[in-house]
Amino acid sequence: MLGKLTWAAIPFNQPIPLVTSIVVIIGILSVLALITAKGWWPYLWNEWIASTDHKRLGVMYVALGLVMLVRGFADALMMRMQLALAQGGSPGFLPPEHYDQIFSAHGTIMIFFVAMPFVIGLMNFAVPLQLGVRDVAFPVLNSVSFWLTAAGVLLVNLSLFVGEFAKTGWLAYPPLSELAYSPGVGVDYYLWSLQISGLGTLLTGINFTTTILKMRAPGMSYLRMPVFCWTALAANLLIVAAFPILTATFALLLLDRYCGFHFFTPELGGNPMMYINLIWCWGHPEVYILILPCFGVFSEVIATFSSKPLFGYHSMVVATMAICVLSFVVWLHHFFTMGAGADVNGFFGVMTMIIAVPTGVKVFNWLFTMYGGSIRFTVPVYWALGFMVTFVIGGMTGVLLAIPPADFVLHNSLFLIAHFHNVIIGGVVFGFMAGYTYWFPKAFGFTLDETLGKAVFWCWSIGFYLAFMPLYALGLMGATRRMQHYADPSWQPYMIAALCGALLIFTGIGLTMLQLAWSIRTRERRRDLTGDPWDGRTLEWGTASPPPSWNYAVEPHVHGIDAFWDVKHKNIELHKVAESRYEAEHKPHYDTIHMPKRSATGFVSAFFAVMLGFSLIWHIWWLAIVGGIACLGVLLWQAWDMDRDLLISAAELEDFDRRHPSLGTQR
Amino acid sequence: MSCVSFACTARRLLRIFGTASLAVNLAGCSYALMDPHGPIGRQEKLILIDSTVIMLAIVIPVIIATLAFAWWFRAGNAKAKRYPDWAYSGRIEFIVWAIPALVIMFLGGIAWLSSHELDPPRAIESSVAPLDVDVVSLDWKWLFIYPDAGVASVNKLVMPVGTPVRFHMTSAGVMNSFFIPQLGSQLYTMAGMDTRLNLLVDAAGVYHGLSAQFSGEGFSDMTFEVAALSRQDFELWLDAARTGGGTLDAAAYQTLMRPSARDPQHTFGTVPGGLFEAILAHPGAAPTAAQIEPTDSAD
Repeated sequence: MLGKLTWAAIPFNQPIPLVTSIVVIIGILSVLALITAKGWWPYLWNEWIASTDHKRLGVMYVALGLVMLVRGFADALMMRMQLALAQGGSPGFLPPEHYDQIFSAHGTIMIFFVAMPFVIGLMNFAVPLQLGVRDVAFPVLNSVSFWLTAAGVLLVNLSLFVGEFAKTGWLAYPPLSELAYSPGVGVDYYLWSLQISGLGTLLTGINFTTTILKMRAPGMSYLRMPVFCWTALAANLLIVAAFPILTATFALLLLDRYCGFHFFTPELGGNPMMYINLIWCWGHPEVYILILPCFGVFSEVIATFSSKPLFGYHSMVVATMAICVLSFVVWLHHFFTMGAGADVNGFFGVMTMIIAVPTGVKVFNWLFTMYGGSIRFTVPVYWALGFMVTFVIGGMTGVLLAIPPADFVLHNSLFLIAHFHNVIIGGVVFGFMAGYTYWFPKAFGFTLDETLGKAVFWCWSIGFYLAFMPLYALGLMGATRRMQHYADPSWQPYMIAALCGALLIFTGIGLTMLQLAWSIRTRERRRDLTGDPWDGRTLEWGTASPPPSWNYAVEPHVHGIDAFWDVKHKNIELHKVAESRYEAEHKPHYDTIHMPKRSATGFVSAFFAVMLGFSLIWHIWWLAIVGGIACLGVLLWQAWDMDRDLLISAAELEDFDRRHPSLGTQR
Repeated sequence: MSCVSFACTARRLLRIFGTASLAVNLAGCSYALMDPHGPIGRQEKLILIDSTVIMLAIVIPVIIATLAFAWWFRAGNAKAKRYPDWAYSGRIEFIVWAIPALVIMFLGGIAWLSSHELDPPRAIESSVAPLDVDVVSLDWKWLFIYPDAGVASVNKLVMPVGTPVRFHMTSAGVMNSFFIPQLGSQLYTMAGMDTRLNLLVDAAGVYHGLSAQFSGEGFSDMTFEVAALSRQDFELWLDAARTGGGTLDAAAYQTLMRPSARDPQHTFGTVPGGLFEAILAHPGAAPTAAQIEPTDSAD
């Protein structure tokens, strides 16, 4: 009846997961009780859970990412504590059984359920606003994407309470991840949660590629799109091209594990090297899916706060698309040590280095964007400068690792760990934090606290250097990744320094939460009524903060790259734009518009997807059939549901605009 | 033609940087990669240092310029000239593409040449005939077979100083990576695959070897001792090994295959000639006695 699921799956004898489980369950129950007591359910359901508004979904992605950041970081802290202790003969406090799950969960969560939700959340929130459109191409699909991601998150977290997580590393290389070596449910949790959330990500990619290619405001040619939209386009093209590879690869491994196939076993004609090639065919584009939109954020932030157009816009576009294409021909640099031969290694080494050229161009262009500007040192600028300094170091060690013989000694070492945290923290996290601070007032109508924001920045920056510079050094000493203990006592001081760095970053995460709470509390005195707190350049700053669900009552007309800046500062453009918008003497023409209705499809299909995933993990076949049919049924039902338009009358639009007199061109 | 001259230039520059890099030597004994005891490791150290120095020549000015530009052009600085509409300069664009392109062409040259020169299967030039060692990674221990002497050793690799060693490597199950940081290149061991690595140690001593690819529960203990002995001592060790330790037949190998960690070092005095080939040919399973039939091939 319940497949492999028995009471033995609950970790009664393991204090860490058990106590965590109890605390989390109590936490969730008290939140649910609070919502019920306050009668918030209708609001929560109508405005958030069933919302198809890209801005709401963006906010929920970011909230999901922040919650999972805490989970992923708890894993990181445990790992760092373990390694600060486990030198010489000491076993530390985490046996391999747990330690191996923790580092696998850390990597999986940080990439799939922290970095991806952050980046997709920013794209969700900002891309349609920047394009001057009212929503994405497929709003209900967007909700399905989010809830499938949340379903993956739920399954990963369930593994802490029921059963175990993978003990294979975050990419689950076979043969270790095959049934023969990993008979438990850990790898199955890993595979099914990523299959479900990966489907959500693919749908996001299709949605945003369509939106950017087909739905820009009138006059916004490709070469007038904000750079963030270009980078989002590149990232979503990469998602569309790369995520099916991931899904197919995991499907083959699932066939191996569930049906006794031999795609990746060493025996009976299988080949584990094929998995490693395939997973990195997805994996390398994946890092560019994460970093490219962050490059876009920095482009927006640096131009806005320098009060200057971005230097070399066309170069930036070319560089972005060059990176997009090149990211597909470098995957083999993740395993130069597989013995592919000098020509193959040499080719992929050189291709990898070539990516450094457009990346370097971007750095120089940001530099020249600042040149001659008048830079306001706001929190997003702190993140941008911290990024530029930190990222070039990460880029340098990356090029170093791209030289095959250098990789022969650095591969899988702590030097490699330091390198990719250098680019992921220095690039993706800093980029997200810049974008989060930058767009927060647009999303909520008030700014985040600057002092606390700067404190967060210094915690992350100093914490990063303190945590990862020692790892670069340890890599040169020959320390490898994923070790649970080590013999050489001279490594311990470096490990302790790294722990201190991690604790500092943890303080930064705590201060982020404090900043959010404090800013909400003091929101009345930090309200932004203009809709444009930063003297912005792109269209999103020309609508109200927070924007109405329809974003723009009248379609904006775009005449240049910095569309909104031109509206504010160039008279010719002002007149043309104003004509169709809010200028008093030219009354804008309001039409009834149709917006998507809210939809339960995303939430309900994800509910059944969780049921499907969970029952497949535990071999509860009848429930899997129920969940699978129900999930598919909900999605099919949505396909034939024609009653999906919500009409908003011209009067309502006009009324909203009248109540927000600061909008657009009135300043 | 231009390729050839480029290669020469790259080599010459490498040599120049090589002498420069002595000054940047991190030297501390604990920095294993900076203290190599063999030609492969030495060349790799040189590449590490040279490439870093070349890139620092760009990276440091960029970091300084970032901070300097940001500070000088701060909104409150009355002395800074403003160019609020300046967004394009063909000359700067050209330089901005050219600088990274040139650096990458140079480093790409290093990558291409060195990936050929230091390709793991490539034989090390030496007047001494190479020694063959077959390596098998097991859960979670290392088996080193000396096919010519017919002996094997668990968790201890003995190498003669000054003799190139040709490693043939495979795995009994999951992937591992064979790595001796002070000697240079690591390489994966994979079931059913015969990966080849050449290393040479040029100073007697004890070195640390490890698996650099996570392989499961006992991974952290999957280390081995590398003893670099003089040729005479090496021969003495072989003789000692031959006289005891039992036979590594199918049954003994099956016992060895059982997952275990922290196995004590020990040797096998007799190893059937076909063992390594049989392990290679039957990935994921213990070869039977019949499959280990000694073959007559010399290599």
